[in-house]
Amino acid sequence: MKQKRILIIGASSAIAAACARLWAGDGARFFLVARDAEKLAAMASDLGARGASETQSFLMDASDTSAHAGMIREAFQAFQGLDIALIAHGTLPDQTACEQDAALALREFGVNGLSVIALLTGLASRFEQQRGGALAVITSVAGERGRPGNYVYGSAKAAVSTFCEGLRARLFKHGVTLTDIRPGFVATPMTRGLPLPAWLTSTPEAVAKRIVSGIGRGTDVLYTPFYWYFILCAIRHLPRAIFKRLKL
Amino acid sequence: MKLLSWGRYPPLPQAAHAVAWRAELPALLANVAQTCGTTLAYGEGRSYGDSCLAESGQVLSFRGLDRFLAADWSSGILRAEAGITLEAIIAVSLPRGWFPAVTPGTKYITLGGAIANDVHGKNHHRQGAFGCHVRRFGLLRSDRGRLECAPDLEPELFAATIGGLGLTGLIEWVEIQLMPVASGWIDGLVQRFDDLDGFFALSAELDARHEFCVSWVDCAARGKKAGRGIYMAGDFAAENWPLPAPRRKWRFPFMPPVSLVNTWSLRAFNAIYWRKAPPKSRRAPAAYDAFFYPLDSLLDWNRLYGSKGFQQYQALIPEREAGDGIRAMLTAISGSGQGSFLAVLKRCGGALSPGVLSFPRPGVTLALDFPQTPYLEEQLFPRLDAIVREAGGRLYPAKDAHMRGDDFRRAYPDWEKIEALRDPSLLSCFWRRVTQ
Repeated sequence: MKQKRILIIGASSAIAAACARLWAGDGARFFLVARDAEKLAAMASDLGARGASETQSFLMDASDTSAHAGMIREAFQAFQGLDIALIAHGTLPDQTACEQDAALALREFGVNGLSVIALLTGLASRFEQQRGGALAVITSVAGERGRPGNYVYGSAKAAVSTFCEGLRARLFKHGVTLTDIRPGFVATPMTRGLPLPAWLTSTPEAVAKRIVSGIGRGTDVLYTPFYWYFILCAIRHLPRAIFKRLKL
Repeated sequence: MKLLSWGRYPPLPQAAHAVAWRAELPALLANVAQTCGTTLAYGEGRSYGDSCLAESGQVLSFRGLDRFLAADWSSGILRAEAGITLEAIIAVSLPRGWFPAVTPGTKYITLGGAIANDVHGKNHHRQGAFGCHVRRFGLLRSDRGRLECAPDLEPELFAATIGGLGLTGLIEWVEIQLMPVASGWIDGLVQRFDDLDGFFALSAELDARHEFCVSWVDCAARGKKAGRGIYMAGDFAAENWPLPAPRRKWRFPFMPPVSLVNTWSLRAFNAIYWRKAPPKSRRAPAAYDAFFYPLDSLLDWNRLYGSKGFQQYQALIPEREAGDGIRAMLTAISGSGQGSFLAVLKRCGGALSPGVLSFPRPGVTLALDFPQTPYLEEQLFPRLDAIVREAGGRLYPAKDAHMRGDDFRRAYPDWEKIEALRDPSLLSCFWRRVTQ
């Protein structure tokens, strides 16, 4: 089996790291992008021991869109093409603070929405030229409906999801898949301190299994764990008259 | 989420402060120590009693520190962060021909926990305890910062940390020597014995010939049947068979209001289990998973004992007193009608671990679980403790939730060395209970 060439942006995020471990077991070659050199070094040694054939690292802040083009060029040069690109970076904004500070709200929207759209734009044309490969981006179930508790985050993710919907149709003709990954509650450093209900909260490892197989199959939209599909079905169909009265 | 120990007793729920990267650790330790006084590292929570519970009720969860740092598959030397489990190690090392040199009866333990409790396994008579295979580790102390410990580097802290119950500093990473294996299969043999004399005879004859030996004992059998059990031994198969398929895992799905283990279920299960084993020695090949980790296929099996939880009693009786001591303990246990399906007898060898507070010594250890009732601490355990005391034996801190302080200090006279080297920011419920 050919070793997969994989680019991960936001590689040190818990879900991305768990995916990388699964790919490493099959001898994948990695081009990892994150802000923190120490974390990338720790990941590289871990993936190496787990079977990764090669790991290259690239330091970048994803919200610095001027750095994207250089990063994408290097990633494609590193292994003469890419089989998978996973965009996994993100933050969980402080909603209350965003309500008082428009600049902060825009910054958070930039990290979770605009920077992803910029990356997808750059990657899409490369994948199109290559006529194959799998793009994947981690959005959120929070993008399906704006909730009072986190609508800055939710609307940024919604923008990405809608962007993906159109981009997917464009890439489809060229044999490129685009997977919109929508995790539910997952216990990660990002959600640390949130009062998530334990019985509904999954682990990065469990979520990663489904993501890796979903990307492999070229799934369009992936809810993980799977039951979030049904939860979101219900939430989507709640009448606005009721929805706006809920504390979510 | 609140954490408990594996026995769910004592019911002292712990708040967890999660660690994802080693770089976060110094600040987190300082922060928690400042706000809560003391804390303790928490791994997979497989210690049965209160040795993994922080006195302050605030633990540092190490599950996120589970990365490999370096692996040399030509020498079997592995370095990894302390929160990695044996399961994760085996998944990577076994296909490359390596296995942990010492493993306890579950693979859901972390490297840090393996060192802190200096765990032992079915090959103790050959390989000693886990600490015998630790080459070095990194320790983070609130008073001295980061240290590297090895037999020739901070030797005092090295010895104190092995079996040191996590009190001498936070173990950040560990370097161990794995053992080479030819396959993932155990070439095993099984034979039942009719009484304790039968166990001692089989152990004397076969222990020396096999890498792994352990016995199951019917703790419910009385009278002439007392001390009957099943002797199991094995070695890694030398044939280069394909790796065993992963076993189907089940999860015990709910918490029964009362323990499902009781006098009747125990008698019935044990009698059938004993009769199923062959009276004469028979070869029994098994996948490594089924041989070492029979209970790992039932996740959350501790729920079997109900919401009140259970206590494990594991004692070691020195070789000279072993026959009489174990016999007296089994008599007391079967008389009580309490006990567990899994009761384990194992003869430990003479290989001494570097650990100051290591549990294993030459002798025979008996381990079994009891559903939690007030009867345990009022009647049964005092009786068992008296037998262990008289035989000059000791209890295993990793399993303990009841030991008297004077018994601990008598059995582990070097405890003061650990107290002297204890990190002032670390304290467990166990340590406070037995030393203060």
